[in-house]
Amino acid sequence: MQSPLDRRAFLAGAALLTVLPLASARATPEAMAAAIKEVVGAGTIRDGRVKLDLPPLVENGNTVPLTVSVESPMTPADHVKAIHVFNEKNPQPHVFSARLGPHNGKAVIATRIKLADSQKIIAIVETSSGEFWSASADVIVTLAACIEDVT
Amino acid sequence: MTNVLVNAPKTAKPGEIVEIKALILHPMETGFRPGTNGRIIPRNIIEHFVATWNGTEIFRMEMSPAIAANPFVSFFAVATESGTIGLRWTGDEGFLVEEQVAIAVG
Repeated sequence: MQSPLDRRAFLAGAALLTVLPLASARATPEAMAAAIKEVVGAGTIRDGRVKLDLPPLVENGNTVPLTVSVESPMTPADHVKAIHVFNEKNPQPHVFSARLGPHNGKAVIATRIKLADSQKIIAIVETSSGEFWSASADVIVTLAACIEDVT
Repeated sequence: MTNVLVNAPKTAKPGEIVEIKALILHPMETGFRPGTNGRIIPRNIIEHFVATWNGTEIFRMEMSPAIAANPFVSFFAVATESGTIGLRWTGDEGFLVEEQVAIAVG
């Protein structure tokens, strides 16, 4: 037979255990800014040239189609070197980093991502001349990814 | 676990820009989700995807747990010469899958 105090202590401990990992396992806008800084360094980011396509309203955050297209001639002299995508509220700020070159012909890539919450997605594009261009998109998610094991 | 779907044209004109689409069966377990027993399911993701054209690297992608299960990637390439497009996925728990598709240019 458990005393009421033990039960109270147990419940408090259990509540703390469930709350703590959730609070720490979240990227923040600051974490995203830090991750972007790591890629860009001292360079400046300008808006434009990049198109980030995501559905504005997502029913299921487990698979969200994403397309990044960049206006670039993709010649050896002027091409897109890399495309980085970041998010604000998934457990980690990184989504992916892709490396491209003149042999791609077109700087367009598509994939599917997971979103844990309604948030802002940012694509940062690095060109061969060392410039950084970006685009962002806001997405509303009704069923979040990474919450429960559905299998 | 080696189920791969690759969609690329079999023939192309020299200089044509072709789209290559690749899909692979993989859970992309994030390492942040608790399982049915309450414990966190260990992370198991594909970290790298590399595409080559006759051995020369043409595309590379570093993935994170934020990539959806059964990763799908689409990208473009300039058809320069006939040969093989090689695709290679590597990741956690020694995951390694390679796939090749032939393309005739001319």
